[in-house]
Amino acid sequence: MRLLTHNMLSSNIKGVTNGFPLLIEAEKVLEKPVDFNPDFLRNMFPKIDWKALVGAAKAVGYGELPDAADSAMLDSDDFLRHLHHALLQLHLEEGALVCPETGRRFPVNKGIPNMLLHEDEV
Amino acid sequence: MPSKIAQIRLVGSHFEVYEPCDDSFALVDALLADLTNLLEHKPKLCMEVGCGSGYVITSLALMLGQVACGTYYIATDINPYAVKVTSETLEAHGVHAELITTDIASGLEKRLTGLVDVMVVNPPYVPTPEEEVGCDGIASAWAGGENGRSVIDKILPMADKLLSDRGWLYMVTLTANNPSEICLQMREKGYASRIVVQRSTEEESLHVIKFWRDSDRLLEASETGTVNKIVPTRVIESLLSHFPGISLRRSGNSKSS
Repeated sequence: MRLLTHNMLSSNIKGVTNGFPLLIEAEKVLEKPVDFNPDFLRNMFPKIDWKALVGAAKAVGYGELPDAADSAMLDSDDFLRHLHHALLQLHLEEGALVCPETGRRFPVNKGIPNMLLHEDEV
Repeated sequence: MPSKIAQIRLVGSHFEVYEPCDDSFALVDALLADLTNLLEHKPKLCMEVGCGSGYVITSLALMLGQVACGTYYIATDINPYAVKVTSETLEAHGVHAELITTDIASGLEKRLTGLVDVMVVNPPYVPTPEEEVGCDGIASAWAGGENGRSVIDKILPMADKLLSDRGWLYMVTLTANNPSEICLQMREKGYASRIVVQRSTEEESLHVIKFWRDSDRLLEASETGTVNKIVPTRVIESLLSHFPGISLRRSGNSKSS
């Protein structure tokens, strides 16, 4: 699971009001090369919750993102390269996503998060 | 030259996962038939709900290209075995989609709202007893409850939520699902529709329908402050001509009578 996907996921348990962002418990993180596409990054940037991305990147051991970001930074090649790496090249392979409100763990195996709920959570 | 769609010999399999069949082929054929439009559309985010073996999402990724082409893919399935097989199918073709084991798009509805430019769905459309819907394993690939509509009727509101302003939805339906009624319901939500592929086999008659937000319709809805529940006659006429096998009550003042 890429961190861009993590940025789009929330806890789906019934009654949870503050289910984003899911906390990351990382057991295994992979880096996979992806073609660099600055336009893709510029398109995605406004949709990203920056604080959640910085937190997720730190949780998988990547600390190169600034704590705050604005669209003016998209002119910097350096910034784009770091954003590219954080959003697309880092994969949470094994671990869990944890609901910030209830502490419920959603396991991530072979890069696939399992968001299926138990009957009493729907 | 690389193949434009997934190759059957490279599609993963598992006894609990639905294999590519006529409905999967019809959906991929519909995407191929609309490929020129899709390439012009330049979707940033594509999503498949119910990815099964991965045949469709892999084909779409091969057709439209990956991040280098500006496109990101997400696929979901309620069946964990299916998601795993999809991952194998994608890998065998050297493409990537983000995979999530979940019910339709549960967990994505909050942050993915209005971001999906293309959604493809081959839903469980077979009419079955209601208690079979959502069962574990391969049954989740076909069990559709009454008229095969139980899951479809859950997917459509979610699609409406997740699709972007320029979002397109391609969905497989069976005649028993009453596709003309589905089109009318989507019309009320501001979607135009057309049949991209129609296919009859010995067992079933399939339609792949494309839905897109109709700006005229949305304007009309916003001007009156509410969505007009009265469907214009011309819409019914066009739908009737789309579904000749379906008997709808024609009104006496029908233009074609």
